[in-house]
Amino acid sequence: MLDQSYYEKADEIIAKYGKKPSSLIPIMQDIQGEYRYLPGELLTYTAAQIGITEAKAYSVATFYENFSFEPKGKYVIKVCDGTACHVRKSMPILEELYKQLGLSKKKHTTDDMMFTVETVSCLGACGLAPTLMVNEEVHPKMSPEKVIALLQELRGEGA
Amino acid sequence: MTIANRTELDSCREEAKKVLEAYDCRILVCSGTGCIATGSEKIYEKMLGIVEDTPGVAVEFAPHDEKEHVGVKRTGCQGFCEFGPLVRIQKGDKVIQYIKVQQDDCQEIFEKSVMGDEIVERLLYRKEEKSYVQPEEIPFIAKQTRIVLENCGKFDAESLDEYIASGGFSALEKALFEMTPADVVNEVDKSGLRGRGGGGFPAGKKWKQVANQQEKERYVVCNGDEGDPGAFMDGSVMEGDPFKLIEGMMIAAYAVGSADGYIYVRAEYPNSVARLRHAIQVMEERNLLGDHILGTDFSFRMHINRGAGAFVCGEGSALTASIEGNRGMPRTKPPRTVDKGLWAKPTVLNNVETYANVPKIILQGADWFRTIGTEGSPGTKTFSLTGSIENTGLIEVPMGTTLREIIYDIGGGLKNGSEFKAVQIGGPSGGCLTEKHLDEPLDFDSVKKFGAIVGSGGLVVMNVDTCMVEVARFFMSFTQRESCGKCTPCREGTKRMLEILEKIVAGKGEMEDLERLESLAEMVKNMSLCGLGKSAPLPVLSTIRMFRNEYIEHIVEKKCVSHTCKAMQNYYIDPEKCKGCTKCARNCPVNAISGEKKAPHVIDNAKCIKCGTCKDNCSFDAIEIR
Amino acid sequence: MGIMTIDGREVEFTNEKNVLSVIRKAGINVPTLCYQPELSIYGACRLCTVEDSRGKLFASCSEEPRDGMVIYTNTPKLKKYRKMIVELLLAAHCRDCTICDKTGNCVLQDLSYKMGIKEVPYENTRERQPIDESSYSIVRDPNKCVLCGNCVRACRELQGVETLGIAFRGTDATVMPAFNKGMGETDCVGCGQCRVVCPTGAITIRSNIDDVWDVLADPNTRVVAQIAPSVRVAVGDAFGLPKGKSSIGKVVNILHRMGFDEVYDTNFSADMTIMEESAEFLNRVKNGGTLPLFTSCCPAWVKFVVEQYPEYKENLSTCRSPQGMLSAVIKEWYRDPSRADGKRTVVVSFMPCTAKKMEIKRPNSFTKGEQDTDYVVTTTELVKMIQASGINFAELEPEQPDEPFGLATGGGAIFGVTGGVTEAVIRRLVPEHDQATIDAIAEFGMRGDQPIKEFTVKYDGMDVNVCVVSGLANAHEALRRVKTGEANYHLIEVMACKGGCVMGGGQPVKAGECMSAIRTEGMYEIDAQSQFKAPDENPALQKLYAEFLDGKTHELLHNEGY
Repeated sequence: MLDQSYYEKADEIIAKYGKKPSSLIPIMQDIQGEYRYLPGELLTYTAAQIGITEAKAYSVATFYENFSFEPKGKYVIKVCDGTACHVRKSMPILEELYKQLGLSKKKHTTDDMMFTVETVSCLGACGLAPTLMVNEEVHPKMSPEKVIALLQELRGEGA
Repeated sequence: MTIANRTELDSCREEAKKVLEAYDCRILVCSGTGCIATGSEKIYEKMLGIVEDTPGVAVEFAPHDEKEHVGVKRTGCQGFCEFGPLVRIQKGDKVIQYIKVQQDDCQEIFEKSVMGDEIVERLLYRKEEKSYVQPEEIPFIAKQTRIVLENCGKFDAESLDEYIASGGFSALEKALFEMTPADVVNEVDKSGLRGRGGGGFPAGKKWKQVANQQEKERYVVCNGDEGDPGAFMDGSVMEGDPFKLIEGMMIAAYAVGSADGYIYVRAEYPNSVARLRHAIQVMEERNLLGDHILGTDFSFRMHINRGAGAFVCGEGSALTASIEGNRGMPRTKPPRTVDKGLWAKPTVLNNVETYANVPKIILQGADWFRTIGTEGSPGTKTFSLTGSIENTGLIEVPMGTTLREIIYDIGGGLKNGSEFKAVQIGGPSGGCLTEKHLDEPLDFDSVKKFGAIVGSGGLVVMNVDTCMVEVARFFMSFTQRESCGKCTPCREGTKRMLEILEKIVAGKGEMEDLERLESLAEMVKNMSLCGLGKSAPLPVLSTIRMFRNEYIEHIVEKKCVSHTCKAMQNYYIDPEKCKGCTKCARNCPVNAISGEKKAPHVIDNAKCIKCGTCKDNCSFDAIEIR
Repeated sequence: MGIMTIDGREVEFTNEKNVLSVIRKAGINVPTLCYQPELSIYGACRLCTVEDSRGKLFASCSEEPRDGMVIYTNTPKLKKYRKMIVELLLAAHCRDCTICDKTGNCVLQDLSYKMGIKEVPYENTRERQPIDESSYSIVRDPNKCVLCGNCVRACRELQGVETLGIAFRGTDATVMPAFNKGMGETDCVGCGQCRVVCPTGAITIRSNIDDVWDVLADPNTRVVAQIAPSVRVAVGDAFGLPKGKSSIGKVVNILHRMGFDEVYDTNFSADMTIMEESAEFLNRVKNGGTLPLFTSCCPAWVKFVVEQYPEYKENLSTCRSPQGMLSAVIKEWYRDPSRADGKRTVVVSFMPCTAKKMEIKRPNSFTKGEQDTDYVVTTTELVKMIQASGINFAELEPEQPDEPFGLATGGGAIFGVTGGVTEAVIRRLVPEHDQATIDAIAEFGMRGDQPIKEFTVKYDGMDVNVCVVSGLANAHEALRRVKTGEANYHLIEVMACKGGCVMGGGQPVKAGECMSAIRTEGMYEIDAQSQFKAPDENPALQKLYAEFLDGKTHELLHNEGY
């Protein structure tokens, strides 16, 4: 069971967008923004509040890549694998992150809930390929060496 | 201060112009996504701090102020992304373009170029021993024709007043007070403006179809879900000139009789969302959005929807489904979006760049617009120029510009002078153009003739070190991952095509795989439900057409000439160079290297997993890939 | 209106909603997986793609017919592409046809056979997913799903329940309830309409056939059957008997041969339901009880109200369904040691309905804490049992259902069609039972296939407003009218399945065949041929009330709240 505060937060967000079926996606985005993931209980709750079925809400939530029912780390690192970044070797950067954090294609989040590593199709900063994004901040011209430095910096901040 | 009618808009414009002209100097810091990524926000703050801390200098203009007025502004993308952070120092008509500005440079720039009239030579763009001061002189910029991106880099992207001062909303004013909705539709129709999102459908025709519907509730929707990997033109417009996009949409709404507009922005563009939200809020505060705009009967509201990570939402019916709160799955057509789009009401759906073209068309007329570009594709096109090219960045050129002009004149040729191989145009829905297309004009119709599409305008330049089979595999893996899964051909077909491509790049392909790949591609192209499915096989078909030999080499000779495909790399130790230090053998994770101490070592290619560890570790550069 | 040319022949069309319908009208069976006439157009399987004279390909399901259209339905290109699509589907599909419930009636299997597919040139890389057997009504096997979305649309559009959705996307897309819960743990009403529209074996009926064979083999068990009204007009299809005609006599005969000790008729207890329900209705009207009264024979509807409209639970009739009443009476009948004869009694009910399998597990309809009906076997399962028995069903002589629960009126028979319960209740309330009166009642407005039927009858000086609904999605609308006060109903009859029980989720289905009209006609024919029309005329029933049910009606015939 989720803490009552979660439902209060959800109520606040639902009120912001209005109790209508078309509010589903923005509500889920804000809930996920708040908790860095989408607690399943809140999806069910939201569905009932805005008048859609749970199955519908679930089918929408699972369609979009951004929604995650698993809690994400404090820093969500998205490695760009768009064309420009791919051509300029973005995969070794991802591999370095996996190696440094003990993650893999199947395991995205570190056990200490500090880091989540994902790939993204394009961040729109192709001129600076290869890039990655930490939460909402884009980091340009990355390399495996720079990854190590970046992680150190983030760990310092996070501690 | 609200702008309630035409007179107030005019006086606001006069006022804003005065303020603009009253600046002694403006420091224009690029705040496109690219420059923000290289740290332009810090540059902005630093500059702001320096100006604020300087006695006798004021950042904000105030009438009858004796101080020197130095504006510090964030602008839209200045285009030269490769060289960010970009800063321009503007004094009247005189502009200095600085590149790669670091925080330590700010004080010097301020002292020399803002307060004085000196130039910081080392921060200028240099090419072939020549340095450039004015941005317009830089070949990269000089060869462009900027209509859509006109304001990017010149004005504060967040300032409504600066937009108005630059002539913003004159087009809306003209439409509302001097033209009927039908006039507006006709003007856009006459201009020959074609949708910049991919298909190139005439915008005027679309508007006309919506304007003629029986149903009176209509919507104007902007597709800002620019999902093609390697494309960032629309993002640059949304974050760099949000008011222009909104003005274009307002004109469209007036023309087709709509009271609500929606912009669907890709989730990965937080800057665009923030700028658009800000723009809408400011416009609402000043009555430029809402009821009775400029005192007329035209009322209009804007809504922003953020994407949630689904490429397919760039498809029209998927996009409207997503706004409605559904899975972003395309539906069958008919009915078309113009008949039953958002909320099953008639809907004008255009992309960002299309709307951004509208104000200027209304203001300067269809005839003017037709003087730019080609007969069939009037106007300009923005492209994001990326890949193995010297000057990556955002460009805008007249339709019909040749690939050679773009790559060599504007793009400065290939990176490090390498040899050109191909350019991928139109992203995962497009195809590749090669050497023989270099002098062909780029416009909707001719590119289509070559089996590619202009698409939204991603141009990825590839040199001879690029493996075209791998490129096809890359795009296939993208479309396969992004397939919505609704129709069988795309869902199952792209999966199998990807499997075959993976097999080929892994060195396990057979000739019958190539045959199957081609027939699957034809089937998916012909049988898929939506445009994205139909175009998903294009990169494969186009690379097969242009580079069939490369496929056959991979399959028959198990050879990848560009050494891209790992499985086909053979590591080889040059016995002449090898000193027998044993480092490679010790580091090999699969014990594939053997040899006596102080004698040349040998790699067993049957055991080798091509990880490259030996090569990385060799102190004598003795290991090469063959 | 117009003429189009299909494969070189001119075909006239009138108001067909798509090109596909015109093609099929012309006698050409273009294959489809995701097209169901009563559902929205989905356009996902792409098999119905046709070619026009300029070589352009388009899906015929989503294109409107236009005058002068020239199309080809079977060009070499189309044949090649269709075959590739079927190969691709097969590649991601469980291919254990020989042990699949749907074998012989599977659209995918049929297409593969007709296209002559001998080899699937791809490896099946789809991860095997667990089979969902959590529901009493249906079994969901995602490994056999072709993602045509029919079930999802049926659940949403026809039934307004939307338990199923398509989750995830691309090749990960899977039909499932929210969070991949078992169907049995959701608000699924068990109606089985998802199974009706499923072209493959991805959704099938949860079978109880083996349980029944087991009890039949046990000499210490008295196995008693009851046969619902709609079963008799559907079971014969599979054996070449005239469609829509009752084969009750043959069913009774074969069940006796299979070893059922007694074979009773659910029509008999439908009469009993009328007695109870009309009494309850009058009671509520006269004594200010909760109105409108909702019928309670359809278990899918009952679950729908209990879970989605709990504020209306009191409106549901307390009457058990005919199945529930008869099983309770049978069990009570054999509780008497002189009748029990030392054997335990097992009741097997033959139903057109998958939700009935769930109804029998509902504790509020137990008697003395015990489940009354032991097994529900759907018509589809009955067909399989008949086939397994090896007996030539078509040639059997008719036999009468056994006494004392075998004689029924026409009013009981028409329970199987939408409006039937209402019609029977009115017959009961109206004192005259002459043919003219019966014929006049039929014209009141309860018959016909409109989703919501409203009419008013005069009874005892008052206007009784009746609403008859079929297709559960329409119940949302009826209840909205109640909620808003837009309508002032006294009685609402709801059957979850469109058309009523004749089109129940357990009835045999064949792709492309619509049986609603012919089965409905069959039901009315039974009524027309019956000696008695109203339950108060049924001598066997009146005898039971007088001699057996006295003081037991509440315990045996009513539910303990919802």
